[in-house]
Amino acid sequence: MEKTRVIVGLGSCGIAAGANKTYQEFQRIMETDKLDIELRKTSCIGMCYREPLVEIIDEQGSYLYGEVDAGRVDEIIDKHIKKFTPISDYIVQSDKIPGKDQHFFDEQVKISLRNCGHIDPESIEEYEARDGYKAIGKIADKGISPDQVIQDVLDSGIRGRGGGGFSTGMKWRFARNNQSDQKYVICNADEGDPGAFMDRSILEGDPHGVLEGMIICGYAIGASEGYIYCRAEYPLAIKRLNLAINQARERGYLGKDIFGINGFHFDIKIKEGAGAFVCGEETALIASIEGARGMPRRRPPFPAESGLWKHPTNINNVETFINIPWIIFNGPDAYAKYGTEKSKGTKVFALTGKINNGGLVEVPMGISIKDIIYKLGGGITDGKKFKAVQLGGPSGGCIPEHLSHTPVDYDSVNATGAIMGSGGMVVMDETTCVVDIAKFFLDFTQKESCGKCTFCRLGTKRMLEILTRITEGEGKEGDIEMLEDLADTIKDSSLCGLGQTAPNPVLTTIKYFRDEYEAHIRDGKCPALSCKKLLTYTVIDEKCTGCMACIKGCPVDAIEGERKQVHKILQDVCIQCGVCFTRCKFDAIKLS
Amino acid sequence: MRIQRVKPRVEQKEDRAPVDLTLIDGLLKKYQNLKGNLIPILQGTQDVYGYLPKEAFQHIHQATGIELNELYGVATFYAQFRLTPAGKHIVKMCHGTACHVQSVTAITDEILDTLQIKDGETTKDGLFTVETVACLGCCSLAPVMMIGEETYGKLTPKQAVKIIREIRRSENN
Repeated sequence: MEKTRVIVGLGSCGIAAGANKTYQEFQRIMETDKLDIELRKTSCIGMCYREPLVEIIDEQGSYLYGEVDAGRVDEIIDKHIKKFTPISDYIVQSDKIPGKDQHFFDEQVKISLRNCGHIDPESIEEYEARDGYKAIGKIADKGISPDQVIQDVLDSGIRGRGGGGFSTGMKWRFARNNQSDQKYVICNADEGDPGAFMDRSILEGDPHGVLEGMIICGYAIGASEGYIYCRAEYPLAIKRLNLAINQARERGYLGKDIFGINGFHFDIKIKEGAGAFVCGEETALIASIEGARGMPRRRPPFPAESGLWKHPTNINNVETFINIPWIIFNGPDAYAKYGTEKSKGTKVFALTGKINNGGLVEVPMGISIKDIIYKLGGGITDGKKFKAVQLGGPSGGCIPEHLSHTPVDYDSVNATGAIMGSGGMVVMDETTCVVDIAKFFLDFTQKESCGKCTFCRLGTKRMLEILTRITEGEGKEGDIEMLEDLADTIKDSSLCGLGQTAPNPVLTTIKYFRDEYEAHIRDGKCPALSCKKLLTYTVIDEKCTGCMACIKGCPVDAIEGERKQVHKILQDVCIQCGVCFTRCKFDAIKLS
Repeated sequence: MRIQRVKPRVEQKEDRAPVDLTLIDGLLKKYQNLKGNLIPILQGTQDVYGYLPKEAFQHIHQATGIELNELYGVATFYAQFRLTPAGKHIVKMCHGTACHVQSVTAITDEILDTLQIKDGETTKDGLFTVETVACLGCCSLAPVMMIGEETYGKLTPKQAVKIIREIRRSENN
């Protein structure tokens, strides 16, 4: 009989939700009660809204428990492990009994995330047990040629998952066809899009999968060195990658003549990014590895021709690399079976914002946005009205509710004015102001512009000033047209993707929500009741207890009243800072 | 513009304790003559001192031959590098999209108000530095803040201030 296994999810988000304490509590009780069970670690299974997650596998089956904070550990050990009675109230998924979140998994097809949440990312044995390093093994055993590997990648139809959507096989072929004594493979792990965290989860959950993808790429294009350019903000990912690289070196999976292929040398190094969004752009990323300011340069020559230290270089995103071993092992047809005609395979999305079930989901391309939000995401928080979804981060755009039937594939999403991007999907409800969202993204790109191109450097700043004015009730007739004009110019005259796409959030919100812009400008009103400067704060007399909390908090003494008497806000003094609203314990401050 | 990241000229105080430059000699030796060594050297230096002291620039320049302007150019381009000492606890407020939608701005304001500093500044007692950052990648726990290595999710302004106060209390004891 196998020991009962208890597996605790210890990804960054799990840890933030308290999973470390849960793990320690299991450890403590195990030791004091001398329980003969096996306690293990894994990473994120994507169900972030139920963290901390604990899976128990016993001889009857597997049971995934949700929201297991340290306080619940005792009960679970007592009932499930000692008395063999699973607690169905806490179980979110199981192969034995119906779990309450089964629907979250039903529509998903896990290829990129095949190992996340199932293996201990710090154990190379567990990766190998799930067909790890067998794709490169297959190449070595069958003597598959580099050209055939590239053909397989081409046949699978996979396109770059970092956002651009360029054919991965084509990219590899260009790099292969350029002759040089030294070539490089770079894994772009500089995931900077606010609202996207799929790369982090993959790196934390399945680091060996990424390494194997890079090794296969090195074999295919004829490179001997690989770099992983990872954000310094992801310390856990860097730690696990370092561990994985060392394990792979010990096994002889990295080094000289690896996998018995004569003359195939390959090793991987990690480069920590230093905090610059623009370094996600490939030429800026290369400049950063070379030790310079991360500023993009003109293309051509493309990195496939002249990249890192002027040698042919192939750059792919984390999610692209993780798919490669699966494609080689299972064959390109198995991959191409999923998806639409022009967008093959699956895509990982990070579902966040005003949604009930936030987390990571992997779905076949072509599923509609509506299905992702309602079937997997469980709909909008607090039963509010769905307004729009922001796709593609600062380079993307807002897709409104009436276009939510749009299938997620590269071409359909582009047609709406948004982009697929890396897959951040931020859901907004009726209380989110789209002008404010556009301003938020412009503020981001404006700060992150490297400053090389005038229109990106100054144009985004001017756009931000106009948007700020609009949200503060100082908008003028002609502002919308001015924004559109600036946006077109910035798109046309910027060198890299950052500038060329920076105006997208503004353009899409104007396209679909022009009336909201007009309401701000003409009527001085924010329909979503979100822009502070356009709000009026008043006291609801019946609810006010006269506790003076708001009076003490008000920075400009705009509230008058005595203890135990109804307070009053002086509108001509009020600066709409909202402090009274957050301080009031009795919901006695009204917004309008 | 990235050059906005250069904080208004704060002269590094001359009366601070002398910087022990030998602490980075091992690091400089390790990266000597390696291609692309500039950023790792600066990152290592910051790990040692918590910031990049003026003297260190000179020292790195003399040891490696990398021009001062190049060093300064890189140090001011990337958000990670700081030219002034930071507080003991660095509070990173996530201002990613998901956190923004969940009103993180109100929380940041409340914290800055409690500590009586502005974004990017350090408290007088040197305990806290508050920074707004792009995205910490814990979007489903939004709004999020990170203090040291610890991440706090699903915050309200009150909870956030309570966490800060607790740290301050335990420091003062």
